[in-house]
Amino acid sequence: MIGPIVGVLFDGFAYGMLLFLLSVGLSVTLGLMNFVNLAHCGFAMLGGYVTVTLMNDLHWPFFATLPVAFLAAAAASVVLERALYRRLYRASDLDQVLLTIGIAFISVAVAAYYFGTTQQPIEMPPYLRGSTTLLGVNFASYRLFLVGVALVVTLLLIAGLEYTRFGAQVRAAVDNQRMARGMGINVDATFAATFALGSGLAGLGGALAIEIVGLDPVFAFTYLVYVLIVVSVGGLGSIAGSFAAATLIGISDIAGKYYVPELGAFLIYLVMVAVLMWRPAGLFGRR
Amino acid sequence: MIPQSGNRFSDKIMRRQDAMANTAGAAKPQLYLRSLSRWRPIEIAFWLATLLPFVLFPDYLSLASQIAIAALFALSLDLILGYAGIVSLGHAAFFGIGAYTAGLFSKFVWGELFSGMLVAAAMAALVGYASSFIIARFRHLTLIMITLGLGLLLHEAANSANWLTGGSDGLQGVQAWPLLGLFKFDLYGTTAYAYSLAVLFFVFLAARRLINSPFGLSLRGIRENWMRMPAIGAASRAHIRKIYTISAAIAGIAGALIAQTTKTVSLEALSFERSADVLVMLVLGGAGRLYGGLIGALIFLVARDRFSGIAPQFWYFWIGIMLVAVVIFLPNGILGGLSNILSRRNRS
Repeated sequence: MIGPIVGVLFDGFAYGMLLFLLSVGLSVTLGLMNFVNLAHCGFAMLGGYVTVTLMNDLHWPFFATLPVAFLAAAAASVVLERALYRRLYRASDLDQVLLTIGIAFISVAVAAYYFGTTQQPIEMPPYLRGSTTLLGVNFASYRLFLVGVALVVTLLLIAGLEYTRFGAQVRAAVDNQRMARGMGINVDATFAATFALGSGLAGLGGALAIEIVGLDPVFAFTYLVYVLIVVSVGGLGSIAGSFAAATLIGISDIAGKYYVPELGAFLIYLVMVAVLMWRPAGLFGRR
Repeated sequence: MIPQSGNRFSDKIMRRQDAMANTAGAAKPQLYLRSLSRWRPIEIAFWLATLLPFVLFPDYLSLASQIAIAALFALSLDLILGYAGIVSLGHAAFFGIGAYTAGLFSKFVWGELFSGMLVAAAMAALVGYASSFIIARFRHLTLIMITLGLGLLLHEAANSANWLTGGSDGLQGVQAWPLLGLFKFDLYGTTAYAYSLAVLFFVFLAARRLINSPFGLSLRGIRENWMRMPAIGAASRAHIRKIYTISAAIAGIAGALIAQTTKTVSLEALSFERSADVLVMLVLGGAGRLYGGLIGALIFLVARDRFSGIAPQFWYFWIGIMLVAVVIFLPNGILGGLSNILSRRNRS
């Protein structure tokens, strides 16, 4: 009786951790610059394709591809930020939404052009394939690994934001951008660095997502919806909020699909609308 | 928190104010509104040109009918986005409600067109009115997310309600009686285009009247500054509820047209893609100018028809390029760019 419930909770939590990796960068950049970046999952998709290419064509080991996925997504995001996004920081929500949806559309078409529209095959190393049984519950090794990575990233992020000079500057800029500028903080440079970091994490998330949800060119849109839900439910600029929201959405989604499959994705949309109506700024949002 | 007004609209207001100063009696808002509602020759030429497809492109009348329907849908979005400043990523919800209502009405009651359309509009208006209480409470990102969420919820609901909507197979058995009892819907789409165009024209007249009324002016005020309008006696939330309901009804009419002219309704009518497409059409043409959605729908659908012939899966690449180009180079859409060029030429 307890076994299946724990199993579903664990799968939901692992899925939630994946959503957390994909969305935490967007949450921070939204909180920092109020920039609505709907192309965020395009960076995740880029990370995924980098991993697939390195593993299948160049036969790199899975672990070695992860840092490259991170760096590729971060580098691509810096180029786009300097070339296009920077012009629209003061523009309306609508302009930002349109520009970034446009970039997401382009990324989908480019991915379809180079890699085709099929799911990308990927072979995990043997030590990530099995599963461990503990107290009668089956834990898939890959999901354990995923949870581990997400927890390490969370700890690094929180420690980085709380105890480093850069973290203090980011927090100051999120709280009050004008005041932070007045104190001599280079908010634009801080933002560029945060943006690269967030996109890099999305790239890492994209690489880790292949084993769980697969990878095809519409990834940039399918997961955009999930990421936006996590961000708006968790509240902008809040790492703890994103963590809590990702866990909530991950567990509701998996539990919903397991126990009431006829509802499909209905449940998470309902959770999102309900949370937003109850707290428009999200669970942990301050504004 | 003071909502920031977008730059794109303030310069337009400045230009409108110049226009106001030029017309006699700058202090009289009635005169200003009357000057807006005068029919310009270019408008009359535009509507006459919509009749050309009957003569020039008789093979493309079904495409023309699709364009007229998309234009009507874009017009409905323009009322809330271009005039009241409500960004919606889930407007297809009302389009889909209209389409399914009209489809089910024709299946279970009768296939008469106008009653089906009215029922569809009423249904969409009802749902629009109910959701407008939620819409009027929020701004910015939360609003975008809530419209997106409600749209996705409805899409999933229609997908699950297999017994009613036919689920992913689409609604079968939609019937449409001949138009006015005389003209059957043919393969070439002649009747379909005549019907869609007539409905578009009459709804456009109503929308034009609405926008050039004091109510339309206060909507523009709400777009510019939502917090200050109540101070001069315009109840922002009540106005938003009204225009949202009206816009939902028009979107419902557009949905009814697609159900009646194609005799089928698929889940695609409720999808996120449809919401995104209509937003792209409107912005491409120019939001907040009534004709923007019409021009945008024309360019978008003709371009899709051309490009899809070459390589359907890369159509999205071109939409993406169009979007980026419009945002960076033409912040007020094609019509905004044209009117900029014209006013510059007039000044020099």
